[in-house]
Amino acid sequence: MFRRLPDVDDATIEVTIDGRAERVRAGDTVTAALFSVGIESHRTADVSGTPRTPYCMMGVCFECLVVIDGVGNRQGCLVPIRPGMRIETQRGKREVGR
Amino acid sequence: MTKPPQREADVAVVGGGLVGASIAWGLARAGQRVVVLDEGDVAYRASRGNFGLVWVQGKGLGMPEYVAWTKRSSDGWKEFARLLNEQTGIDVGFRRPGGFHPCLSEREVEGRANLLARLHNQPATVKYDYEIVGRDRLKTMLPQIGPEVAGASYCALDGHVNPLRLLRALHAGMQQLGATYLSDHVVEQINVGGREFRLTTRHGELRAGKIVLAAGNGNARLGPMVGLKIPVRPQRGQIIVTEKVLPFLNHPIVTVRQTDEGSVMIGDSVEEAGWDVSVGTGVLAAMAERAVRMFPQLGRLNVVRSWAALRVMTADGFPIYAQSEHCPGAYVAACHSGVTLAANHALVLAPLIAKGSLPAEQFGGFSPRRFDVPAIA
Repeated sequence: MFRRLPDVDDATIEVTIDGRAERVRAGDTVTAALFSVGIESHRTADVSGTPRTPYCMMGVCFECLVVIDGVGNRQGCLVPIRPGMRIETQRGKREVGR
Repeated sequence: MTKPPQREADVAVVGGGLVGASIAWGLARAGQRVVVLDEGDVAYRASRGNFGLVWVQGKGLGMPEYVAWTKRSSDGWKEFARLLNEQTGIDVGFRRPGGFHPCLSEREVEGRANLLARLHNQPATVKYDYEIVGRDRLKTMLPQIGPEVAGASYCALDGHVNPLRLLRALHAGMQQLGATYLSDHVVEQINVGGREFRLTTRHGELRAGKIVLAAGNGNARLGPMVGLKIPVRPQRGQIIVTEKVLPFLNHPIVTVRQTDEGSVMIGDSVEEAGWDVSVGTGVLAAMAERAVRMFPQLGRLNVVRSWAALRVMTADGFPIYAQSEHCPGAYVAACHSGVTLAANHALVLAPLIAKGSLPAEQFGGFSPRRFDVPAIA
């Protein structure tokens, strides 16, 4: 679905995505990292439960909400990826204490 | 865009918020030809800004009739919601799991217990069960409470509803029943002549055999046109809404409730601010802080919206219902509990207006004549 521009840095870091260790490109956002490993739907809607995919990539559409290091409803497109991050795609609503 | 006004109606309801729409729905159901004259989109509309409680406990100190009236509406709500759903297919989300009023100190618990005791000790007050719950027992009923919660009052009659869906269901329902809804029809003047009322709007004149003033704070202006003094004023309330979360709070709390779709609403501030509907971080922060002390888990949630809306507050806080003595056929319904009392407005008040009188033994206490005598201390 997405192809890299040819002039980017190739340095990678390791993170956990839905329980699997993945190497992703340093400097990406969480959302870009999920796309880069082939995950297109990052959450399901909180009321209807339908699968959603990010489309604005700039903090407006809120379709990129994921669980980062145990905290739900984080806007993945606004969070730079960091080594060791635990990222989970989000199923529906977040939990109040999580 | 609006249809030209229907020239004549059995009843013209002035106001299309929850009070007006509930009454219009009830009137249409009773076979009346109803026209609802409403303001436009920019109206001060408590019906679109309220908290959504169907609440009984604590209401009516100073007016026993209001205790009975509130309890009756709470008891009628299940059937009311069923009728709306059956007719319109809209589930307004009414639930009555019982509600809590938490207290953050022993002193607050004591004050709460005193208030409820005084309320129930009023002469001729309808009794209902409530309970003052100490911290240990509360913890078993409501495990989410934080360490500072000292206790609560609990009443099984308390519930909540989705007020926006309620408004939509009433509007859909009354129009299915033949009522005509006219937006952007502010009533400028009401003239009385012969056996009819003539209501002037910028789009022309409507003639009706009866009128019901259900215009919220607008009633203060309209009442004198038909010989009714209606002392109402705006009273600001602010509300915070969080992102949607998985269900964690089954019971409505007087200042915190989780909606059927998962949002958490925090509300119930009271300010005398005239017609100013601005929100302020001072009040919002105080509300949020208290809510987090009650339910610490809320502290991690993001706020997605906040707003202020204006209650319709009568001079003594109790509802006003009356038929004008000077202009028979002109009725008023003014109150701040348009959600709680919607079942009564639709199923009790409207049929009586359709028949043509409000029995004194039931409604005498709600007459605005009570404001004409000096209050007894």
